[in-house]
Amino acid sequence: MIKIRKASDCREQDVTPEAIYRQRRAFMKGSMLGAGLLLGSSPLQAALNITGYREKVVTVDEEITPFKDATRYNNFYEFGTGKSDPARNAGEFDTSDWKVTVSGECAKPGVLSLEDLIDNKDLEERIYRLRCVEAWSMVIPWIGVPLATLLKRFEPTSKAKYVAFRTLVDPERMPGQKRAVLDWPYREGLRIDEAMHPLTLIAVGMYGKPMPNQNGAPLRLVVPWKYGFKSIKSIVAIEFTEQQPQTTWNMQNPREYGFYSNVNPKVSHPRWSQARERRIGEFFKRKTLMFNGYEDEVASLYAGMDLKKYF
Amino acid sequence: MKPWIKPLFFLLCLSPMGWIVGNALWGDLGANPVETVTFQTGDWALRLLLLTLALSPLRRITGWSGWIRLRRMAGLFVYFYASSHFLIWFLADHALDPVSMWDDVTERPYIALGFSAWLLLAPLAITSTNGWIRRLGRRWKLLHRLVYPILALAVLHYLWLVKADYLLAGIHATLAALLLLWRVPGFGSLRSAWRVQPG
Repeated sequence: MIKIRKASDCREQDVTPEAIYRQRRAFMKGSMLGAGLLLGSSPLQAALNITGYREKVVTVDEEITPFKDATRYNNFYEFGTGKSDPARNAGEFDTSDWKVTVSGECAKPGVLSLEDLIDNKDLEERIYRLRCVEAWSMVIPWIGVPLATLLKRFEPTSKAKYVAFRTLVDPERMPGQKRAVLDWPYREGLRIDEAMHPLTLIAVGMYGKPMPNQNGAPLRLVVPWKYGFKSIKSIVAIEFTEQQPQTTWNMQNPREYGFYSNVNPKVSHPRWSQARERRIGEFFKRKTLMFNGYEDEVASLYAGMDLKKYF
Repeated sequence: MKPWIKPLFFLLCLSPMGWIVGNALWGDLGANPVETVTFQTGDWALRLLLLTLALSPLRRITGWSGWIRLRRMAGLFVYFYASSHFLIWFLADHALDPVSMWDDVTERPYIALGFSAWLLLAPLAITSTNGWIRRLGRRWKLLHRLVYPILALAVLHYLWLVKADYLLAGIHATLAALLLLWRVPGFGSLRSAWRVQPG
């Protein structure tokens, strides 16, 4: 039922010849420069050109959630706690001139622009299930690069046991941060082997378009076998650490949200069951799959671990 | 009381359901329609319960006795929205399977609270007729004091399902606390301070 090809393999027809997409990029750059001159301003977020990605490198044989629903039903507390708040409040969010600080246990730390961080020739489309801890789910075609590809450039040292991520803090641009609903900045983290797993993605687009603001522009994490809140949005900092980093929902309520937060139908949230989920667009609930259906790929990461204890 | 007041109040109480049905048929209930309907019916059951309990304080504050004559209708609408809230959950979350539903009730305290509140509303709705009021006499008043534990259960049910943002649930809980405090005997002086002097 599930059709997941390894991240490393892709069919020939999925790959746009390099010469052609280089041309496309040159054309885009040229036209944007023109537009910039015409408008008398520098190019905005469109600076990251996401055309030329390899299509459907990983996919599932399930219906893709409509773009409209994926962009109007979001948990992104930086823009408000209601599901429709992010779509309403993130429209003006300016992500041009975005910088990401990479630090910690690595040989080549640095502060990078989005264009320096993401190499377009690495872009892939990956259609993943997204399972929220609130027991709803979607199927989303992300565009991004494997996190491992991105991280290796910084040459993590042997002390790099974990990777920590942080979201931007700027209450003027992220009005939801004016209230202390969560302990800002939003923090997330992965064990290094989870971060380096071929399914783990840094997404910069979805549905063939640059990442919409309400979905975590300009770059976000996507870890398809974990509950959605692990997939941190609008990242400004990546740090290699020796100790397990603090993570926001675990800080908020350690009894309910663990560091791992792997999708697991057998381990209930203390207040609600995780055995079933409502796929957006469906009326009745469906069964939740172990590791959100990615068991074959990721179960070995947790071999020998008590998943009830390390939830 | 003016003859148009009750029909108008009826329409006002019905309008949230009108909004739901209208959007279901001709509009849009959002990306997660089941959740929208569940939240809307739950919200309105609690809001109308708060309104029902605000009617006697309103009479005292304003001196207009008409408020009390809206109380039965308001209470029956509480039951209407609470039952809709129960039904959409039983249908969409449990596919009308009583075993699956009962597991949810027994395993999740917040669901047990809401479910108990809904069960306790039934005898109040049934005995709301003039016949039952006559038949039960003094016991009717005693029975209908169940509304206070029902309110407490409903508010806890709401508070218990919040993930992080307690603002809205907190507003409802505060209003509920004020309405309950109003009825504590020791607060009699506060109540008489509000009383409008007869003209």
